[in-house]
Amino acid sequence: MKPASFAYHAPASAKEAVELLAELGDGAKVIAGGQSLIPMLALRLAAFEHLIDLRDVPGVRGISGRGGAVFGGAVFGGAVWIGAGTTQAAIGRSALVAAKVPLLARATPLIGHFQIRNRGTIGGSLAHAEAAAEYPAVALTLDAVIETMSPRGERAIPASEFFTGIWSTALEPDELLTGVVFRVRAGRAGFAIEEFSRRPGDFAVAGAAIAIELDDTNEPSPSNLLDPKSPQNTPNLQDSPEPQDPPKPRDPWDARVSRCAIGLFGLGPTPLRASAVEANLIGSLAGDLTAAARAREIGQAAVAGLDSVPSDLHGPAAYRKRVGAALVATAWLRAIREALGEEAEAANG
Amino acid sequence: MADIGVEIRVNGRVRRARVEPRLTLVDFLRERCQLTGTHVGCEHGVCGACTVLLTPADAEADADESGREGPHGQAVRSCLVFAVQADGGEVTTIEGIAGRPAQPEAGQLSVVQAAFREHHALQCGFCTPGFVISVTAFLRDQPDPTDAQIRDALSGNLCRCTGYQGILAAVRAAADNLRADNLRADNLRAAGAQDDSRQSTIQPTQETR
Repeated sequence: MKPASFAYHAPASAKEAVELLAELGDGAKVIAGGQSLIPMLALRLAAFEHLIDLRDVPGVRGISGRGGAVFGGAVFGGAVWIGAGTTQAAIGRSALVAAKVPLLARATPLIGHFQIRNRGTIGGSLAHAEAAAEYPAVALTLDAVIETMSPRGERAIPASEFFTGIWSTALEPDELLTGVVFRVRAGRAGFAIEEFSRRPGDFAVAGAAIAIELDDTNEPSPSNLLDPKSPQNTPNLQDSPEPQDPPKPRDPWDARVSRCAIGLFGLGPTPLRASAVEANLIGSLAGDLTAAARAREIGQAAVAGLDSVPSDLHGPAAYRKRVGAALVATAWLRAIREALGEEAEAANG
Repeated sequence: MADIGVEIRVNGRVRRARVEPRLTLVDFLRERCQLTGTHVGCEHGVCGACTVLLTPADAEADADESGREGPHGQAVRSCLVFAVQADGGEVTTIEGIAGRPAQPEAGQLSVVQAAFREHHALQCGFCTPGFVISVTAFLRDQPDPTDAQIRDALSGNLCRCTGYQGILAAVRAAADNLRADNLRADNLRAAGAQDDSRQSTIQPTQETR
């Protein structure tokens, strides 16, 4: 079908955009890539009197490293900022994202098809807040911070507070999503994302995203997290006093899980975190968590408490939970093995 | 709702029109430009029949380091772009894929088109323009794909009659032929760099842009 009529606005600044949003009220909707919005308009699932296009708004596109970012009062070594209007294709091509936010890079090819990723944006994906979509789950799993602007000023919203329901977010009606900040993991870490869909590009029946960090900060950082060309990453992130005499590598099996995040998508009205399971795993010896049977237990525990799993023709809730458990297990194994690195593989071998 | 003036360069030719904001790019191409090679299938981004190459006005200059000639722009669903969003941009449709009138190879099928014909990669032809555009962009960005990458790249286009085997064979053949062509072009360029007097015959013309 053809979309219903609307008036089109292309403001020249973010300030102008939020003033328009405030002035036009509920009848106005922001459009960026439009890859979720235009199908909804075409199917007449949604109609708006005004569309506000971000195409001419400067400062909401691009990918850049940030040193010494502040997250909720805590200072971290570095972060990556991605403008809301940055396309998924640009994120998929970014060497900075691949090196510093590997989970985001690995999630990107799973989104739609390449023709969709050429237009679709990260800000649009987060603001649309589809519960089975990849980027909202990745933002939640990595504790990203979502930056917004409204006529009242700017806000930084933790991803954990951003997704409030089906296609619903903490954004106010006159608030514009301007960017997302991902903290860079400097220590030993592993990441994996898994999803199942009937056909490539379909929304996932279920999916899981895992981020694991280990506490052995005396270890040199894994090279895949370091971009030597980046100014804020010196070769020695750790406070080792004698860089020419690195500490003897510890037995990788001594490493303990210092942080882990288990993100679930397609398994509720919003992306979810299996927080109780995560809490139980923190402090565990990483080497005890690499067996397939242990991973299956983690997967089953992660979905055990879910009570609003969708049921539709793609699968009843019980099926989606089983799929979700299997995907958590698969992703967990990949992430923990990556965190333990090649030493662990050698020890296994 | 107020109509808006747009100016879009389509297959090298500037097209101006006043359009309703809700007019999609595919309808603009078919109804305002009479370029009906781009097909309208599902109208909500699933089937891929309306795929065109788009360089938006605000695109960061896509540095093509290879220096090779070829269609610019990214493959997009033209049913999921409003014409007003493409204002100031550049579009290549299926009509702009074969050699253009001003070029020496005027009227010749592109390598991808020729491979589709050769390998029976079309039957009714409804989906074909979308496939050819998608594959043209895919092979430009991924000249040496694996079979798995080809299947993934084709997953955004639906064909309801050939069964895809011919299409897969065509993409494989087109990839091989394009790589051979590019190798020849690179060799020519390398030879030309050593002999400036030959440069003018080797540099592709820009007059169609």
